[in-house]
Amino acid sequence: MYATNYHRASSVQDALALKSSTDETKYLSGGMTLIATMKQRLAAPSDLVDLRHVADMKGITVSGRSVHLGAGTTHYDVSASAALKSVCPAICHLASHIGDPHVRHMGTIGGSVANNDPAADYPAALLALDAVIVTDRRQISAAEFFTGLFETALEEDEIVTAVTFEAPEKAGYSKFANPASRYAMTGVFVAKGAGGVRVAVTGAGADGVFRHAGLEQALSANWSPEAVAGVTVDSSNLMADIHASAEYRANLVKVMAKRAVAAA
Amino acid sequence: MGLEGIGARVVRKEDKRFLTGKGRYTDDMTVPGMKYAFFVRSAHAHARIVSIDTSAAKDMPGIIDILGGKELQADGIGNLICGWMIHSKDGSPMKMGAWRPLAHETVRYVGDAIAIVVADSLAEARDAAEAVVVEYDVLPAVTQASRALEAGQPQIHPEASNNLIFDWQLGDADSTDAAVARAAHVTEMKIVNNRLSPNPMEPRATLGIYDEAEDHYTCYTTSQNPHVARLVMSAFYNVAPENKLRVIAPDVGGGFGSKIYIYPEEIVCLWASKKTGVPVKWTSDRTEAFLTDAHGRDHETTVKMAFDADHRIIGLKVDTIANIGAYMSLFSSATPTYLYATLLSGQYDIPAIHANVRAVYTNTAPVDAYRGAGRPEATYVMERTMETAARELGIAPAELRRKNFIRSFPHQTPVIMNYDAGDFEASLNAALAASDYAGFPARKAEAATRGMKRGIGMSCYIEACGIAPSAAVGSLGAGVGLWESAEVRVNAVGTIEVLTGSHSHGQGHETTFAQLIADRFGVSMDSVNIVHGDTDKVQMGMGTYGSRSGAVGMSAIVKALDKVEAKAKKIAAHLMEADESDIVIENGELKVAGTDKTLPWFQVALAAYTAHNLPSGMEPGLKETAFYDPSNFTFPAGCYICEVEVDPETGKTQIVQFVAADDFGNIINPMIVEGQVHGGIAQGIGQALLEAVHYDPANGQLITASYMDYAMPRADDLPSFQVSHQTTPCPSNPLGIKGCGEAGAIGSPPALINAITDAIGNNELNMPATPQKVWLAANAAH
Ligand SMILES: Cc1cc2nc3c(=O)[nH]c(=O)nc-3n(C[C@H](O)[C@H](O)[C@H](O)COP(=O)(O)OP(=O)(O)OC[C@H]3O[C@@H](n4cnc5c(N)ncnc54)[C@H](O)[C@@H]3O)c2cc1C
Repeated sequence: MYATNYHRASSVQDALALKSSTDETKYLSGGMTLIATMKQRLAAPSDLVDLRHVADMKGITVSGRSVHLGAGTTHYDVSASAALKSVCPAICHLASHIGDPHVRHMGTIGGSVANNDPAADYPAALLALDAVIVTDRRQISAAEFFTGLFETALEEDEIVTAVTFEAPEKAGYSKFANPASRYAMTGVFVAKGAGGVRVAVTGAGADGVFRHAGLEQALSANWSPEAVAGVTVDSSNLMADIHASAEYRANLVKVMAKRAVAAA
Repeated sequence: MGLEGIGARVVRKEDKRFLTGKGRYTDDMTVPGMKYAFFVRSAHAHARIVSIDTSAAKDMPGIIDILGGKELQADGIGNLICGWMIHSKDGSPMKMGAWRPLAHETVRYVGDAIAIVVADSLAEARDAAEAVVVEYDVLPAVTQASRALEAGQPQIHPEASNNLIFDWQLGDADSTDAAVARAAHVTEMKIVNNRLSPNPMEPRATLGIYDEAEDHYTCYTTSQNPHVARLVMSAFYNVAPENKLRVIAPDVGGGFGSKIYIYPEEIVCLWASKKTGVPVKWTSDRTEAFLTDAHGRDHETTVKMAFDADHRIIGLKVDTIANIGAYMSLFSSATPTYLYATLLSGQYDIPAIHANVRAVYTNTAPVDAYRGAGRPEATYVMERTMETAARELGIAPAELRRKNFIRSFPHQTPVIMNYDAGDFEASLNAALAASDYAGFPARKAEAATRGMKRGIGMSCYIEACGIAPSAAVGSLGAGVGLWESAEVRVNAVGTIEVLTGSHSHGQGHETTFAQLIADRFGVSMDSVNIVHGDTDKVQMGMGTYGSRSGAVGMSAIVKALDKVEAKAKKIAAHLMEADESDIVIENGELKVAGTDKTLPWFQVALAAYTAHNLPSGMEPGLKETAFYDPSNFTFPAGCYICEVEVDPETGKTQIVQFVAADDFGNIINPMIVEGQVHGGIAQGIGQALLEAVHYDPANGQLITASYMDYAMPRADDLPSFQVSHQTTPCPSNPLGIKGCGEAGAIGSPPALINAITDAIGNNELNMPATPQKVWLAANAAH
């Protein structure tokens, strides 16, 4: 790690001010991605602005079926929230399978979506739930937020403050973990709600998280695991690496979709 | 056995300090004035170095010095060597290229060390290392051994044309070919043994200290054999003569073979300490460990197993290409030859065997012995072929093995080894019973109702441990002898120090060796200290690898104990006015048999040191030394049975049962032995299911340079193992011990792969059996 200056923000405004007063500054949430990257000298921010003590950015509120997740909420808190479980257990299940206990107690939903790792779990949920990413200056729909591999619609100094969504009637998530990293080698989140059926895939797309039209059509017509069988998943836009070819990932998309529906 | 003697499940003495974070590892050592080293390493797999510019880097804050290979060579520091000579079948010696501790002409793999930066802090050393400008003339690279042999591939060392180091053979080609030609059935397979990274929990580290006033060096290092390190560093690398070099391997957090070898870093840190006048410490980070720790395995093999009409094996023909990496590591030539082909008879009576092994340079990290070293590769070839043959012949895998078992001992195989004892059927029967092999079809049918494919596979392994008789290994090319030393010092108050030349880096010597003393003299383990790992304390030793600490190291202690006991009895007989032959030692007392005369152990010890009343002519003191050179290898053997369920939709394998039935000869501490078996099986399962080193074939970059891509086995990948022991004592050493450190890693991979191939109905499957590979193989089977 290179030497860096640490600042603790007390509010969103404070964080923005700290960020603008120093160059090469990065926001820090759980640090589960950022600190590891800094230790490997792959990131070298001159300053860190710690968002973990901004009270406004924490906590889970469920009113009716409207869900508000503060960006600083840890994966553990999402996995353990009884209020959230009563309306959308699938997202609790998803959070409970991120990394290991250390990661779940440190990592946050805000950090995860801002980072937009192509193998991260949350992007699939947020896209399938048609969630809104709330920032210090605007609201961005998930469809517009996740723009590519580790790329988002965020401006340079923009802070994710919350994630909101309407809990769907049914939702399920099924993840096939990479044997080494245990990130998603393919993860599929299915949701059936007022706006219809949405199916989002993470860990597999060459450009990051994506919706699958064929699966959505089939499941709109027949919300059942069996409905997936007739769908063709094209491998041409999927990732390939030493762990899984595009063809194998195409297979996993179908199998995980089927299991997600069964779990929903 | 008592509570602490041989056979007792004594809790490990050393665990208190390990589990409470009080272990003292090399990186924990600090000495006044100590500075930190970081190595500049090659970013390319193969390149000529055009220039190295350290001028800007040397001006950076905190920098003491930056030193390179030219200066090292000018100071007369030698190249690294391989200590085992192998001759090709045409009689020519192996073609060893130069391995410079710091490269200044050519780099041959990503991670090759180029320069050492010494600084006040590690961060400053690292900063400056990044500012060293190395200009490369990048050359094409080759990473796969069979490819490196082809015409037109990059030449890695001028000495080895076509990158071939040796083309060696063992056994009789003519009779084997004849057997294959006349066979009723030949099972032929192409088998790959995947390259592994050793991954000890503690990465390598070294602290080099030069004392100018004394003209003396001290080297703290993560070594499995500090005396060999000292010997090699003084005899071959000209670091310092032995009397001016002390090597200390304090607590060492796992080795698995990778800490046997002498690496560039310890040599360079010692030399740099003299050059800079400050103690120099280097600790590997995890990426450096992936890049530079000696890897294991990496064989490509073709095997033909020939059967007569009665299903007896009449010949075995094996052709192996072994990847040695960019340089020949210390024992790299022995691992794919005498530690491999000599085990190709397995547990079977095979009249004709021929093995051909070609060792090949590639632009990858050096490859050397890794837990099992050659025997896992041999066992994998034998046991996959055996199981496949049974399927092809339509007979039960256990019956095919039973038909071919060796049943009388000693048994001379056609490939050097003389098996001294064993009962292969006993382990097979125990494993069949423990696994309820007979009940498998019902379990398979039940799994099918859940959509799962269930499979069962076995492996009957034999290996050679305790290496070995010095004369035997010497005749096969070893540059060292493989005996062990021991010194037993009884203090004046009766407490005992045992100095051993073997080294514990997780094996539990402090417990098992003390149990031996407790058993012999009836003293408490608490009064016994085991001293190891310091060349200033222990005179000489050969270290720990090849499961030799028990069979060889403890045998040396037994010899020293014999001498101590004889002298103690003489003193006791003299003091109690009895005949020496009537003295017995029981419960910490020396007694005159058949009388009530007795002397406590400590009084005899005290008498030896006060020397007021010793038998005439006897020297004072009670301290004895012994060297033990075994008369044979030892031959642990056993049977492993694995049962899996494969999810046909994803190819994911779950191990539902794993049974191990091992014959390790006599056992000192069953708890520690079981721990070794558990760890070994976990490592074997890691190899079979998860682990593989991947280089990019296009440019030789290491893809699996972190745990994001290198998959280690985790607790939830593993079942609860069912372990049992069958015992045929080893006739070749005084304790009847065979060794248990590697068996788990040797026997388990074929059992697991045989189970998966059984489940999916396709015998063609290479390790690691990742979900993708199993899914493809399962689909190809239909
Ligand atoms: C061992 C391990 C296993 C893991 N396994 C998984 C897994 O299975 N699935 C998975 O999805 N993830 C996994 N992760 C990643 C984990 O979920 C991280 O916590 C997450 O990616 C980043 O969240 P964080 O709060 O730690 O963010 P940080 O690491 O602090 O920050 C990440 C990036 O986001 C920026 N940032 C942080 N917060 C904000 C904000 N509020 N607004 C704008 N930008 C912000 C930072 O500047 C930085 O660039 C794993 C991580 C580890 C270490």
